[in-house]
Amino acid sequence: MSSISRFLTSRWGPIITGIVVGVLAPVLVKLGNPGNMGVCVVCFNRDIAGALGLHRAGVVQYIRPEIIGFVLGALIAALLFREFKPRTGSAPLVRFLLGMFATFGALVFLGCPWRAYLRLAGGDWNAIFGILGLIAGIGLGIAFLRSGYSLGRSRPAPKAVGWVMPAIMVMLLVLLIVAPQFGRDAGGNPIGPIFFSTTGPGSQHAPLLIALVVGVFIGFLAQRSRFCTVGAVRDAILLRDSRLLYGVLALLVAAFVTNVILGQFHPGFEKQPIAHTDGWWNFGGMVLAGLAFTLAGGCPGRQLFLAGEGDADSGLFVIGMIVGAGFAHSYSTASSAAGPGVFGPFAVIVGMIVCVVLGFTMRESKG
Amino acid sequence: MNEIKTVDARGLSCPQPAMLTRQAIQKLDNGTLEVLVDSGTARENVSRLAKNAGWAVTMEEQPEGSCRIVLKK
Repeated sequence: MSSISRFLTSRWGPIITGIVVGVLAPVLVKLGNPGNMGVCVVCFNRDIAGALGLHRAGVVQYIRPEIIGFVLGALIAALLFREFKPRTGSAPLVRFLLGMFATFGALVFLGCPWRAYLRLAGGDWNAIFGILGLIAGIGLGIAFLRSGYSLGRSRPAPKAVGWVMPAIMVMLLVLLIVAPQFGRDAGGNPIGPIFFSTTGPGSQHAPLLIALVVGVFIGFLAQRSRFCTVGAVRDAILLRDSRLLYGVLALLVAAFVTNVILGQFHPGFEKQPIAHTDGWWNFGGMVLAGLAFTLAGGCPGRQLFLAGEGDADSGLFVIGMIVGAGFAHSYSTASSAAGPGVFGPFAVIVGMIVCVVLGFTMRESKG
Repeated sequence: MNEIKTVDARGLSCPQPAMLTRQAIQKLDNGTLEVLVDSGTARENVSRLAKNAGWAVTMEEQPEGSCRIVLKK
């Protein structure tokens, strides 16, 4: 077991994780997940927000087992390898806000960094603008880090703090299986509190057990290998360390090859699944997302894995993402296949202002 | 005898432990540097960075669960 761990923490770890994600994500699409959305942390949190009734966009409501699996897989790995360390106290409220704004940005593009790479590997050239925006946002975050930006230190916390996010995930799994319908509308028909889409992307999903097992497997690997789709770019630029970058490149190549084999590679800009062709806002949305993820210390997947390790601050970032996704659809800031939402550009501008102010003002307090 | 310079990176998010270590070894050029971390990720990132820059790395687990990394060149 320890030799597996050593292998995963070596420079091969992110590459193996990237290959596993790159192969399994298109397979999940084949098994029912939406196009180029085998795994998308932001989209899946958005679907969870919808399933919980935090927004009423009827086409994107489902409790995604992959998200549950990511946290529980990371928890299992952290417990096995003695890395379950409950901690909190590193500007939790700011992390909540960063989770919200990262989600606003990503839902203007229609995908988190994971899906940006998966969209590219499926031939969706619109993703190029998103990835360029992501790199620009990470670059801006690096400039803040170099100038002394910090969210401050977390401190060890009681065990119970570390178990909160895993417990929430177990609760989501119960709600997914039971799907209670004890609410009633004006006509007396069952409605909520859990909502599942009957049409649209929310209705498209791989079988529950397979999606959960894939999520647990990826969560386990990623906790050990420290896989991070934002850290990949950040570390290559800031630290001249390309360990994580090779992981993302492995993901891209593996997903491309798997898509070709499964007949899911469709190159072009037009008519891509759950995507729009507005290059400017594909770019702009991901500048905001890239900046917010960098300021929070990692990509949305990494935040889930850290939450599984007991990091309650990352857990709050994840909750911020789910709440942010609720706002994004309630306030029409999220894009659709037709293009950016009415208030999408406004949300990106507000988010950029907030993140830039945080970038300039958050410094570690002394003493 | 010179005092050993310490980088206390306990509780800091990525990439700060590695970034602070990088800044410190660039300033120090050679000698001894002590880095305190409290996560596996920071431990790996700091030691990889130091080794790549030609520093000898030794690690000591601390009783309270953190790790003291000593870098020498």
